[in-house]
Amino acid sequence: MELTRRRMLAISSGAITMAGLGAFPAFAAVEEEIAEFTGGADMGEGGITLTTPEIAENGNTVPVEFEAPGAVEVALWADGNPTPAVATFKFGKLNPTRSAATRIRLAGTQNVVAVAKMEDGSYQMAKAAIKVTIGGCGG
Amino acid sequence: MKQPIKLKGCIAILAAAGFAAVAHADPDEDQLTVNGEIEMVTEVDAPAHMENLDTIYSGWRFRSDETQAFQMDDFDNPAMIFVEAAAETWDIADGFEGKSCSSCHNDIESMAGVRAVYPKWSETAGEVRTLEHQINDCRENRMGAEKWKYTGGDMAAMVGLISSVSRGLPINVAIDGPAQETWEKGKEIYYTRYGQLELSCANCHEDSYGMMIRADHLSQGQINGFPTYRLKNTKLNSVHARFKGCVRDTRAHTFKPGGPEFIALELYVASRANGLSVEGPSVRN
Amino acid sequence: MASGVKPRVKVPKSAAAGDTITIKTLISHKMESGQRKDDDGNLIPRSIINRFTCEFNGEMVIDVTLEPAISTNPYFQFDALVPEAGEFKFTWYDDDGSVYDTAKKIAVS
Repeated sequence: MELTRRRMLAISSGAITMAGLGAFPAFAAVEEEIAEFTGGADMGEGGITLTTPEIAENGNTVPVEFEAPGAVEVALWADGNPTPAVATFKFGKLNPTRSAATRIRLAGTQNVVAVAKMEDGSYQMAKAAIKVTIGGCGG
Repeated sequence: MKQPIKLKGCIAILAAAGFAAVAHADPDEDQLTVNGEIEMVTEVDAPAHMENLDTIYSGWRFRSDETQAFQMDDFDNPAMIFVEAAAETWDIADGFEGKSCSSCHNDIESMAGVRAVYPKWSETAGEVRTLEHQINDCRENRMGAEKWKYTGGDMAAMVGLISSVSRGLPINVAIDGPAQETWEKGKEIYYTRYGQLELSCANCHEDSYGMMIRADHLSQGQINGFPTYRLKNTKLNSVHARFKGCVRDTRAHTFKPGGPEFIALELYVASRANGLSVEGPSVRN
Repeated sequence: MASGVKPRVKVPKSAAAGDTITIKTLISHKMESGQRKDDDGNLIPRSIINRFTCEFNGEMVIDVTLEPAISTNPYFQFDALVPEAGEFKFTWYDDDGSVYDTAKKIAVS
């Protein structure tokens, strides 16, 4: 698909307008979805590592990678996207590292959040801020 | 000429950005090896005809580590989706002659070295031809098939396939003899300011490479990596489509892709990369 | 079936029993997000790959739910344990009901 800069701008400015209306509804949506995923359980930190670029040269294709030893399921969200959910990974016994890498779309500078459900039923969380830049002349 | 302009711009930007560390950054020191075996020359002495630069760099050196990584393995390089499709097209007969590319050219590997010398003077046509023109000449006159759109997807993919088998070979376009007149015309276009913004190719890609143009790290505008898969539009982009985008961004009426002005410009810009490796299909932002 | 969809996978041809290998997968797909409008201002309907699975000899390795935030030409890299010789099966599920699959055998040395 072709997401031109102009269209990305339209998407991001839409998000900003929305954010201007209240208390960052986009982020609230993520909190809500995370609570749904964890059943409201407390989340620890340190059990999942999230690797992302600090600055993405284009929001269309941003490489992200996580590793959560002992996780049975890992969900990713992007808190500034119009639809924050990104993907959910379920792991079988034949996956020894519980890690994966993929490429995602980010409609502007924002946080990516990863939550892992561990084998013992506990939850682990990691968050990374990614700056998404807009190109030079837009050509 | 180059140094004072660059310094002045640099100081202005530094002042504006409050000494932000990224205001000016030279190409990085990373080395490009594709699939762990194709060693690319991404930095080399500028060819003798270039008066204002001592060293030429591949655009790859100006990209972030993440964007660079996309090009280092063919499986990670999304351009290869299009190259694979073109590899199938290579063997499929098209047109009333019932011929495919492979009917005359056999295996695609036989095209190794071709990308490196285009655009090139064609003795039979009596003009400088780009690879795209040569492909369409084959389609029209040897295969009896419809010509492809100059900057279309089929064409970009086929140019990508033909480039891919020349990867690692040095760009080596001829600028003398019968090609000289076209080359000189291309050089004139390169240094002419166009559009409401009154910008020439050289203003950005010779005077200001290495600087940040908003959030983008300006390269030397080399075309050794074309066609290039851009993260921005997730497809293969041809040289003339890129030229058109640049000229449009100066707020000028652009030249026609495949037309005489862009052919001349492509020959000249390609000659500025003489010595760098063929990288196409590359990945850029 | 959406046009131009082609799965690609990269799996080593052989491994030692009990080894962990790295698998890469890529499927050509536009991943239309459902957020974009066409030139007439009409919303372009969502059309994405919504699920990807990898199994080894019938046992699940990874099962991914994809949302529109996954980039064009969805790419995944992950690890798998190879207990014995066998076959990896990869399956992608399209919003339009199409299912694309491919398989790779692996020998154990």
